[in-house]
Amino acid sequence: MKVGVVVFPGSNCDHDALEWSSRLLGLPTEEIWYQDRDLRGVDLVILPGGFSYGDYLRCGAMAARAPIMDEVVAHARRGGLVIGICNGFQVLCEVGLLPGALLRNRSLTFLCQDVYLRVETTSSPWTSAMRVGEVLRVPIAHGDGNYYCDPETLGRLLGEDRVAFRYVSPGGTLDPEWNVNGSLEAIAGIFSEKKNVLGMMPHPERASEDMVGSTDGLGIFKSVMGALCG
Amino acid sequence: MPEPQVTAELAYKHGLSPEEWERVLSILGRTPTYPELGIFSVMWSEHCSYKSSRVHLKRFPTEGPQVLQGPGENAGVVDIGDGWAVCFKMESHNHPSYIEPYQGAATGVGGILRDVFTMGARPIANLNALFFGRPDHPKTAHLVKGVVAGIGDYGNCIGVPTVGGQVVFHPSYDGNILVNAFTLGLLRADGIFRGYASGVGNPVLYVGSKTGRDGIHGATMASAEFSEATEEKRPTVQVGDPFTEKLLLEACLELMAEDVIVGIQDMGAAGLTSSSFEMAGRSGSGIRFELDKVPMREKGMTPYELLLSESQERMLIVAQRGKESRVRDIFSKWGLDAAEIGVVTDTGRAEIFWHGERVVDMPVGPVSDQAPLYKRPMEEPAGFRSRKSVPLPALQKADQGRALLTLMGSPNLCSKRWVYTQYDQSVRTNTVLGPGADAALIRIKGTTKAVAMTTDVNPRFCKLDPYEGGRLAVAEAARNIACVGAKPLAITDCLNFGNPERPEVMWEFSRAVDGISEACLALNTPVVSGNVSFYNETNGEGIHPTPTIGMVGLLADVSRRMDPWFKDEGDLVIVLGETRGHLGGSEYLWAIHGMEAGAPPTLDLQREAALIGLLQELAAKGLAKSVHDCSEGGLAVCAAECGLAPRRTLGARLELESAGLDPAALLFGEDASRALVTCDSMHEEGLLAAARRAGIQAKAVGTVVGDRLRISVDGQPSVDVPMAETRNAWENGLRSVVG
Repeated sequence: MKVGVVVFPGSNCDHDALEWSSRLLGLPTEEIWYQDRDLRGVDLVILPGGFSYGDYLRCGAMAARAPIMDEVVAHARRGGLVIGICNGFQVLCEVGLLPGALLRNRSLTFLCQDVYLRVETTSSPWTSAMRVGEVLRVPIAHGDGNYYCDPETLGRLLGEDRVAFRYVSPGGTLDPEWNVNGSLEAIAGIFSEKKNVLGMMPHPERASEDMVGSTDGLGIFKSVMGALCG
Repeated sequence: MPEPQVTAELAYKHGLSPEEWERVLSILGRTPTYPELGIFSVMWSEHCSYKSSRVHLKRFPTEGPQVLQGPGENAGVVDIGDGWAVCFKMESHNHPSYIEPYQGAATGVGGILRDVFTMGARPIANLNALFFGRPDHPKTAHLVKGVVAGIGDYGNCIGVPTVGGQVVFHPSYDGNILVNAFTLGLLRADGIFRGYASGVGNPVLYVGSKTGRDGIHGATMASAEFSEATEEKRPTVQVGDPFTEKLLLEACLELMAEDVIVGIQDMGAAGLTSSSFEMAGRSGSGIRFELDKVPMREKGMTPYELLLSESQERMLIVAQRGKESRVRDIFSKWGLDAAEIGVVTDTGRAEIFWHGERVVDMPVGPVSDQAPLYKRPMEEPAGFRSRKSVPLPALQKADQGRALLTLMGSPNLCSKRWVYTQYDQSVRTNTVLGPGADAALIRIKGTTKAVAMTTDVNPRFCKLDPYEGGRLAVAEAARNIACVGAKPLAITDCLNFGNPERPEVMWEFSRAVDGISEACLALNTPVVSGNVSFYNETNGEGIHPTPTIGMVGLLADVSRRMDPWFKDEGDLVIVLGETRGHLGGSEYLWAIHGMEAGAPPTLDLQREAALIGLLQELAAKGLAKSVHDCSEGGLAVCAAECGLAPRRTLGARLELESAGLDPAALLFGEDASRALVTCDSMHEEGLLAAARRAGIQAKAVGTVVGDRLRISVDGQPSVDVPMAETRNAWENGLRSVVG
C-alpha cells in the first residue's frame, strides 16, 4: 500500500502524517505538492492538518481549489481511500467529498487537549479492526471543529451508518461537557457514502506512540491495512 | 510631502540626547539627512543599542565547551552531541503587547521564531513567560485574553508547539505587562547560519512580506516610559501574518539546505536599517542598496519610512554571486517575493539610494557597534533594607488545609489550563512533557535524546533582593531541568526592568546581573542569548525587577525521564533538601496575609549543584518514580501538585517534624534547593544512599495513599483535604481572572 501526503501552503501536520505512515507503520509514503496534478499511483491520500492559506478565508476553502484537489476528488470517486485530519477534514467538506461544515468552537477559542472518541461503527475500512463502543484517547488542536450539517443531511449520516467517531466521556458516554467544541450530535468524524473517505477533527497521527501520550490512533491505519491487504 | 529640516530639536524629538546629537555631527562631519537621522535614532535607541546595559552584560559568563554560538548573533546555539545542536533565545515584546495585546503578543512570537530559523534551525518548541497586573485590575482580563489568543494564533498557525512557560499576576504590572517569548530550534552543529554580509559584489536580497508603514519607531517606543498618551501609539504596533511566516520558514530552510547563501538576518526591531547595518558591521564590510527596489505594500512611501518600518515576516539575505536565481526559484515556489536590492561593498559605509539619489551615506562601524555607552548612576533604593527586615505577622494557627486550598486556587499557583489549551502543544509529535511538568521535554526523533526547557523568575524575590532573586531564578530553572532528569546546559534571558535613568532601577539591574552571573558560573550554564527591556514604567511607577531565565537541558536517554506526579499507592514520599521554614517573599505571605516583605530564601549554590546532580542520578538509575521541584507554595503545595496528574488524582499521608518551626512556615516556606520525590519501597535504601553521597539531606516523610492529602506536624493533624476539592480549587483558579 502506497500513501501520499498532500502539502498545501500552510499545512503543518504534513511531517506528522508522513511519520505516522512511514516510520510507525512502515508504509512507502511520499509528499504530494498542492500544485501537482498527479497522485503518482498512491492508494491512500492523507490531507493533513494545519492552516492552509493561513485559514484567512473560511478554513479549507482555498485549499479545496488547489490543482491537486481535482485528482483527489477523482481518486475518491473511483473508491480510493482519502483521510482528512483537522484542516484536511475542513478541506474535504469544502470540496464536497463530505457533507456539512466545521464552525467556530463553542468556546470561541482554539482548543488543544486530549478528547475521548467512541468508535460508532466498524463497517468501514477505517474502523474494521476496532470494536463498536471502543473509546480512544486522541488530541484535538483546532479553533473551528464544531461540526454542523442540516437536519436532512444528519438524518442521512445516521441512517447510512456514516458517523465514524463521537466525542464522549472517558467512560464512553455522551456528555455535553466532553463534547468540547460543541459539535452537532457530538460528531468527531464522518464517512463518505461509500465510506472510502474519512474526515475527522482529532489527530490520530499524534496518538500513535506511548512516549507522546497515546497509541489509540494506530487503529485507524491498522484497520486500513487489514482491509487492503487482507 | 517635503522632508522636514534636520535640526537639533528634531533630533531630540527622535530621542537623541544633546551629547548623542553632537556625536552624530562628529561622525558624519555634517548635518545628517532626514533618513540618516532616523537611522541614528533607532540604532542608538536603548532597545537596539543596549547602551545602558552593555557595561553590565559583559559580566555574564558566556563560554563553555557546549556553547557553539554565544551572545551577539540572532540566537545562541548549544551542542547536544552526535552532531546535533539546539538554537534558542527569549525576547520581550512588552510595550506593544500592552497597547495592542493580540498583535503585540503575536508579533513577539513571530520575531523570536525568525531569530531562531535565521540561524538555520527548525523551530521545535515555544515557551512564554507572561506577567500581568493584579487579577481584578479593570484591564487585566482583556490583556490576558488578547495576549493568549495572539500567542496561540501565531504559534499554532506556524505549527510550532507551545509547551510551557509561566503566568504571573502582580500589581507592579498593572500599567506594563510583560510578554517574554522563547523559541528553541533544532539544527546540525555544523549547519549554523550567521548574519554576515561578506564577499564584495555579493547580492543583497530582500525576502518575505512587502514593506508597509506599520511599526515605524517601534524600537524607539520600547525605549521610553508610558504615559497617558500611550494609547496613541497603537499605530506603531506591527501586525502579524503567521501564514507568510510559515512560508518564509519553509523557504529559508529549503534555501539553507543548499550552498547558496553567505548570511541571513531577520528584519526585526528597526527593520531594514538594523538588519543591514548589523550584517555589514559584523563582517566589517560595506553595503549599497536601492530603496526603490524594496517591495512595497503602500504607495507614496518615503526613504525614511522604508528604512524604519517594522513590517513583519521579512529577511535580508546575502547570497553568493551567481546563485541569486536559485534564491528566487525557491522563494517563488513558496509564493514569496525575493528582490535583489543591493550589493556588498568594501567601503565600510552604508550607501542608500532612492531613485538614483544618494539619501544615506554613513560609516557602518560607528553606527552599529560604537553606539553610545552609558555607565548610568546606581543607587540602592530607599527602604531596601527595611523591607527585608520587616517582622513577619502572627501566622494563622488554625486551618492549614484552608490555607492550602486558597493557595492552590490563587491566580499565581492555580492550573494554567485555560491558557495552554489555547496553544497547540502536540504538533510535530515530539512533546513528551508539556505544560504542567517542571520542565517541558521535547524528544529528538531518530535519537534517544530529549531537550528539556523551562522559564523561571520570582519577581517578588527580585524586588526584595535583586541579587538573590537573580541567583534563585537560575537555580530554580536548573532544578526544574534536573527534575525531569536532564542536565542543565545554558540559559537565555529577558531582563525586564523600569527606567534605567533612575539610579535605583540601574542598581537593581546591576545586582540582578551579578546574581545571575554567579549562579550561571556555579551551575555551568552560560548565557548564550537574551535581551534587555528597560522603560517598563508608567508615570514613574516601575515594574518589579523581572529577569526571566529561559534554561535548556539535555536528557541523553528519554526513556529515563521523570515527571512530577505520584504513581502508585504505597510509594514512599521523600523530601530532598533542608526545610527551614523561610517565608520571606513567599506566596503564602502574599496570598494569605497580603504581605510582600522579608528577605528571599538563602541559596547555597554548591548545595544546589549537588541536588541537581542527585536528581539526574535518580532518573538515570531509575531510583525514583516521581520528582517535583519544591518552590512557590512550599512543601504542602508541592505535595498537592504531585497528586494532580493529568488524568489521575492521588492523595498522600505525610508526617512532618516541626523542629521548632511554626506549622505554616514548615508547610508553606519556600526554602531553595528542595525537591519532593517518590520511590518504590525497594529503592528506598538506594535513594537515601545516593542522597548521602551527594551530601543532600533526605527524609522519608510518608506514603502515597488514598484520595485525601493529610499532613500531620509532630503527630498533630495539620492538613486534611480531599484531593477532589484541591483539584477543584486548582482548576478553577483562573476563573477569577478570565471568567
